[in-house]
Amino acid sequence: MRFIFALSLMLVGLSAGAQTAPKGPLEIRITQGVEGALPIAIVPFAWSGSPLPEDIAQVISNDLTRSGSFEPMPREDLPSQPTDVAQVNFKDWRVLGMDNLVIGRISATGDGGYLVEFRLLDVFTGKQIAGFQIPSHVSNLRLTAHHISDIIYEALLKTKGAFSTRIAYVTVERRGPKDATYRLQIADADGYNAKTILESRQPVLSPAWSPDGNRLAYVSFEERNSAIYVQDVRTGQRQKVVSGAGINSSPAFSPDGQRLAVTRSKEGNPDIYVVELGSGQQTRLTTDGGIDTEPAWSPDGQTIVFTSDRGGSPQIYRVSPAGGPQQRVTFNAGDYNARASYSPDGKSLVLVNGGGGFRIAIHDLETGRSRTITGGSLDEYPSFEQKGSMIIYATMGGRGTELAATSVDGTVKQRLALQRGQVREPAWGPFRK
Amino acid sequence: MTRLVRNAILAALVVFGVSGCSSLDKKSTGSAAVENRGISNGEMTDIDAARSQGMEDGAGAGASALNDPNSPLSTRVIYFDYDSTTIRGDFEGVVQAHASYLAANPGTSIALEGHADERGTPEYNLALGERRALAVRRQLVLLGANAGQIRTVSYGEERPVAEGHDEQAYSLNRRVEIVYP
Repeated sequence: MRFIFALSLMLVGLSAGAQTAPKGPLEIRITQGVEGALPIAIVPFAWSGSPLPEDIAQVISNDLTRSGSFEPMPREDLPSQPTDVAQVNFKDWRVLGMDNLVIGRISATGDGGYLVEFRLLDVFTGKQIAGFQIPSHVSNLRLTAHHISDIIYEALLKTKGAFSTRIAYVTVERRGPKDATYRLQIADADGYNAKTILESRQPVLSPAWSPDGNRLAYVSFEERNSAIYVQDVRTGQRQKVVSGAGINSSPAFSPDGQRLAVTRSKEGNPDIYVVELGSGQQTRLTTDGGIDTEPAWSPDGQTIVFTSDRGGSPQIYRVSPAGGPQQRVTFNAGDYNARASYSPDGKSLVLVNGGGGFRIAIHDLETGRSRTITGGSLDEYPSFEQKGSMIIYATMGGRGTELAATSVDGTVKQRLALQRGQVREPAWGPFRK
Repeated sequence: MTRLVRNAILAALVVFGVSGCSSLDKKSTGSAAVENRGISNGEMTDIDAARSQGMEDGAGAGASALNDPNSPLSTRVIYFDYDSTTIRGDFEGVVQAHASYLAANPGTSIALEGHADERGTPEYNLALGERRALAVRRQLVLLGANAGQIRTVSYGEERPVAEGHDEQAYSLNRRVEIVYP
């Protein structure tokens, strides 16, 4: 069996032996990987002219390395650098144990435009598995490389790649008590191109992506109390959508992008509301005297799960977005279950489970059983990666709070450590169109 | 004096020592040109300026009681036990003193800022911080203050005074701060 499928594995990890992806502003350190990574050779793409701002073949190689499913051949070990199928001597690559070969060429089309062509070849049959010509631009070359990584990943592993996705997160630079700078940032999934979209001396928290990836909702204390804003990440335009006395927080977009589930405590204690973004109309879903917060939508939009301590300690409950009876979801899973969110297939929840430390746990909605998948003492803010195979979360690391990612079965782990300040509240964005 | 009380006073002094000025240095950027939003600054609360102004005005017994380091009014932070939103017995005298002061000075308003330690999720901690602030507010009103004099806000785990990850730090962060103008 030539191909080794790592079904639960996605974006991150490392084959046996220590490897670190090159440093971006968000340095990625791989801490635990998967065996049986596929050997692949990615040859520098042909290009003549002044140096391009990005080395596409290297970006692809780094992406595939980071996924843990591939072991790209180091560039200095490449026996030759073919850029055309006619130049490929497949025997050379078979001898080196390569399963697949990626070659390509880049040509300029004028006005900063480029055409990037690549071919994914099967070393054993000598046949082309995939080949594309992708129009690109000098400002977009990394994204094109990520798209190629997605295509390679999907062609060989039969699962959608997420190399083109983005993450949003908050960094905190603390200088003293009450003296800190909070930055809401968006970066590519590989940590590059980090961009600050909000900077404030007051806390910022709970970023949440719209399903189309164009907007971020978040909570900001810039007006001396929590308020919810929705900001277009392309234009920077934003709107304050929920504010007033009490807590206004925990925004979550509905799957159709038209509504936000939020937490408001204006009636005396935190309750779940659904806000229509168009009309501004708000529907209250909970009325009990406890804390109800952290709403999250099911992928089909029919259910909202949330955290409630109405029973004495935080547990997960569910309710219809239209309102009505609320049912408890977590049982026999300890005294603290919070911040649940759905897997993309709707069959399980990832949540924070406490009890002698806080860990990420998966709750199977069919069996009702939970299992923990991380071993830290302070693992928080789980966010399911779009495809349902990886979970990104924040954890306590050597330098303070760091982002980390784990596969759903807990076998592959990586840390994403930011150089400057502490990193919190990661939200993994949807696939880019 | 007990270590807890000493820490409480030290923490209160730290709160006062750091400038309460909260100017907003904020920008939102899109992929297009930087858009500098003219968001109005929130109320400035320069505690030191307010204090010195109070003394110069010589507003009488009320003002000097607030500034008297020997008065229970000088305690501006109330601490809480883990996962608790109940005011501990050792702070009842402090709350009583502030309630009496507010009752005697109906023109004075305060803010109660609720906080939680970092354990648990940030949003649940935002709610815990609010519960603590509301517990103090309820007690103040019961003891004579007017509800309209008291504004509450919760910062959850977002504004710790101590950055450690041990019980020492956590116990300092589980608090409600009483903020006079």
